[in-house]
Amino acid sequence: MSFSSHYGYWATIILMVLGLYILIARGNLIKKLVGLAIFQTSVYLLYIAPGKLIGGTAPIIAEQFRVYSNPLPHVLILTAIVVGVATLALGLALVVRIHEAYGSIEEDEIIDRDGKEGPEA
Amino acid sequence: MRSQLVLRVIAKLLIPFMLLFALYVQFHGDFGPGGGFQAGVITAAAVILYGLIYGLPAARRLVPDRFVESMIACGVLLYGGVGVAGMLLGGNFLDYFVLAADPVHGQHLGILLVELGVLITVAGVMLKIFYVFAGRGRDPGGA
Amino acid sequence: MISAQLPILQVVLPLLAAPLIVLFRHPGLAWLVAAAVSWCSFAIAVALFFAVPAGGAFDYALGSWAAPWGIAYRIDSASAYVLVLVSLIASVVVTYARSSIAAEVDRDSHYLFYAMFVLCLGGLLGIAATNDAFNLFVFLEISSLSSYVLIAIGRRRRALHAAFQYLIMGTMGATFYVIGVGLLYLMTGTLNMADMAERLAGVSETRPVLSALAFITVGLSLKIALFPLHFWLPNAYAAAPSVVSAFLAGTATKVSVYVLMRFLFSVFGVRLSLDALHLFDLLVGLSIAATVAASLIALFQDDLKRMLAYSSVAQVGYITLGIALNNADGLTAAVIHLFNHGITKVALFMLVGGIVLRMGTTRFSDMAGLARRMPFTAFGFVVAGLSLIGVPASAGFVTKWYLVMAALERAHWWLAALVVATSLISALYVWRFVEMAYLREPAGDARRAEAPLALLVPAWIMVLACTYFGLETSYSLTGAQEAAAALARGFR
Repeated sequence: MSFSSHYGYWATIILMVLGLYILIARGNLIKKLVGLAIFQTSVYLLYIAPGKLIGGTAPIIAEQFRVYSNPLPHVLILTAIVVGVATLALGLALVVRIHEAYGSIEEDEIIDRDGKEGPEA
Repeated sequence: MRSQLVLRVIAKLLIPFMLLFALYVQFHGDFGPGGGFQAGVITAAAVILYGLIYGLPAARRLVPDRFVESMIACGVLLYGGVGVAGMLLGGNFLDYFVLAADPVHGQHLGILLVELGVLITVAGVMLKIFYVFAGRGRDPGGA
Repeated sequence: MISAQLPILQVVLPLLAAPLIVLFRHPGLAWLVAAAVSWCSFAIAVALFFAVPAGGAFDYALGSWAAPWGIAYRIDSASAYVLVLVSLIASVVVTYARSSIAAEVDRDSHYLFYAMFVLCLGGLLGIAATNDAFNLFVFLEISSLSSYVLIAIGRRRRALHAAFQYLIMGTMGATFYVIGVGLLYLMTGTLNMADMAERLAGVSETRPVLSALAFITVGLSLKIALFPLHFWLPNAYAAAPSVVSAFLAGTATKVSVYVLMRFLFSVFGVRLSLDALHLFDLLVGLSIAATVAASLIALFQDDLKRMLAYSSVAQVGYITLGIALNNADGLTAAVIHLFNHGITKVALFMLVGGIVLRMGTTRFSDMAGLARRMPFTAFGFVVAGLSLIGVPASAGFVTKWYLVMAALERAHWWLAALVVATSLISALYVWRFVEMAYLREPAGDARRAEAPLALLVPAWIMVLACTYFGLETSYSLTGAQEAAAALARGFR
């Protein structure tokens, strides 16, 4: 359990915490989405990195290869990336409409402007 | 971008090859890295490049909004349709080997059609996202 | 032969209806397709519910890939119970939707509304049907993404920010879940939940498995709006169009609770979650906090929809309390409360939809004299409100009864007392409505303006269901008992 043999996990954890921190600490909606994207990226790494076998090749059966890497994490993460893209696109679309409706993308200003108009706005 | 002659000429030269490369990625998906998702993104990128150089209205004339929306729907329907066809032919959902008399041939046919559906939908979605974001605030009715 | 295909038809039918609706673009046609698909799903779910053998399950392998390698669906008593609940609520809500969204959503987006609705339905049904942990994540995201759109689709600008908040919290929850699944996959090498449960036995005390349990529990707690991770829910339900509030209140959180139960009891197993992490003690604390705090907050809300939303947070507390008590009665209470609270909240939100249509407001102070203007709506609200409180002869009572029994069985008499006490708080906020609607004079216009029949009839079906399932519990209760037994037994 040395640092160097587990650097993939360390990168994952650092990205995960960074993303989560931006997500919670920032009031700017775009920055929140950036944090969300980083957070999700860390998960891609969590799946992909252990799927690689050192010396393993792509799992296409051939005479000269004996060791194959696990292809399943890649497929799973391709799906997760698509989900991430959809989430990001939807989040950005919402930000565009929030900007049109409120004239701001800062969370505290938006809550402020909502508060002034009462719950019916 | 009206005056950028170099960009306009290069774009026109590049776009056919981009589409061709998309098709290569699509059909090579059977034997190596590639597949419908990547090919769909490349296809959409070709149109998006056209839109960036020649302007959004030109791209919308080339691939109209309604067409893009039906692309999204048709691709999913093609994918689901292959699955349902497997069921109708007596197998489970997404059983490819019942699609043709020879099971191996059926597998090829099934994955080809499914990946085609993925290509159509992914290209449609990417284009739709580009249109909606790029067109926002320019023409109110276009979104 | 067709009956063998029912598990997949359950999920694929709504999923394929979405692109069809987008192709048609016509609002009327879109509604017709959505309604037909919802009712078909309900029929399939009922067929599955009665066909599931006691103690057994239907297995379905997609693309004929055998179970641990391919994606498999598995319908046992618990999933069939959730399928029936979700598709029942969807069919009643979609019948109601037509007149309601005409008033609350722009006509241009009607077809998109229905497309998103069936997509959300397909996702929720998929979550209940699948036996693959990653496939479950995909369905979770399908239903979540479409519900963000559904919340934002109305005309109120407040909905945009509410949907954004929900998107951030929901995605965070789903990502936590997928981290947990990733860790489990690393340790077991499988994504099939049944296979996973088996292989976990060998590695159950290791740190990755324990962190996976923690990640999955936190992620799903975000999705079910377990106090204190609930703050997205009141905003989202209050700002969404009434149909959407009704649909999501009855289904979205319920399905996530099902997933949580599935993981705690069937995949990890009671021994691991109980002994290793003291999770159940934690859940008891959070459930109590949820029921007490959220009920109190609901009491001081100035907006009818927000009040109902906070009451949902409180009711989720009862469900998790049932889980935390971890005996047969407690688990039965949790499962049956999914159903009972689902139909009750849907009834209430649908009635509020009628009020929005006629009065254009959901503010409490504007409800003065409502019983004179909308007598049927107000009366329905009271009847469903009784079920929310848990008065005898209402659906809510059945839950409370089993919850109290479960608490007494564990010799936690103070918990039983607390359940009764929090019911009194909910009686208070229902009483606030009664006082406003029945005892105050209308402020201005006092003419009769009852909600249209197209809204009133579906809402009243649910109101009557609240009473019916309080008196005649053979299906809801035996179903819940079998579901609880299936969850506790796991995949054996």
